[in-house]
Amino acid sequence: MAYLARVYVTPKAAILDPAGKAVASSLKTLGYAEVDDVRLGKYVEVRFQADGPAAAETRVREMCQRLLANEVIEEFRFEVEADGQ
Amino acid sequence: MFPGSNDERDTLYAIGDVLGHSVEPLWHGDATLKGVDAVVLPGGFSYGDYLRCGALARFAAVMEPLKRFVADGGPVLGICNGFQILCEAGLLPGALVKNRSLRFTCRRERIRVESTATAFSCLAVAGTSLEIPVKHGEGCYVASDSTLAELERERRVVFRYADGAPNGALHDIAGVANRAGNVVGLMPHPEHAVDPLLGSTDGQVLFRSAAKWLTTAERKAG
Repeated sequence: MAYLARVYVTPKAAILDPAGKAVASSLKTLGYAEVDDVRLGKYVEVRFQADGPAAAETRVREMCQRLLANEVIEEFRFEVEADGQ
Repeated sequence: MFPGSNDERDTLYAIGDVLGHSVEPLWHGDATLKGVDAVVLPGGFSYGDYLRCGALARFAAVMEPLKRFVADGGPVLGICNGFQILCEAGLLPGALVKNRSLRFTCRRERIRVESTATAFSCLAVAGTSLEIPVKHGEGCYVASDSTLAELERERRVVFRYADGAPNGALHDIAGVANRAGNVVGLMPHPEHAVDPLLGSTDGQVLFRSAAKWLTTAERKAG
């Protein structure tokens, strides 16, 4: 069965995110004084085949741990859905 | 050498032409290390720095024999992108993230020698400083508190920026070693500091150390 995983990779809370800080300060310059914080991460879509939803999740978690995220500096979360396309 | 490496020629020049050792360029697709005594992973932008710096080079064919070489105690030095690759490959702890300033930094730095118990610092003098250039956008060394404490306790911080980290690196760390001391990674470029014409020859000591380390290891084995 075809699945689509949407993976979100973000810098760990404890890791300084200078790029996010720069974006936050630009937003403030644009007049968005309400901005408290920005964290800049990555969004990855993976289309793949798996035997079922549980197997699909296991595979995506492995992909995240082995390549898509570096757990020294990043955390990840993902959603898996049947890929209708 | 990986697609996107760009300091391999300077590295070959430093070790071959300047120091007179025989050198052998290894390509990312090589299945063996061709019998070399030591390996340097050069700087550059392997695989375009896609995903994360060094993240994709870890899967190159040549990394398999390299891991066995490391396990057997072979000396391996990672410079700049080479350091990032060694961290991504799990051969060194921690990771390198974007400079705190968000700017690419290119200048000469004073690097203090903190440990001489490694293959690439055994001829250096602890506490002295080396003048070696840095040039990177992602050189801010980070690691968990427990990893940092372990590195300090085991004296595995090999080089520290003497005048404050130009990139925001934790504990001003410029280079670290694995526990056995045969694998060292650093952000500064010793291969750019081997010729008086370029203003400093302080980088030579890293490569000279490796030669010394190898003769000592041979004596132990013999």
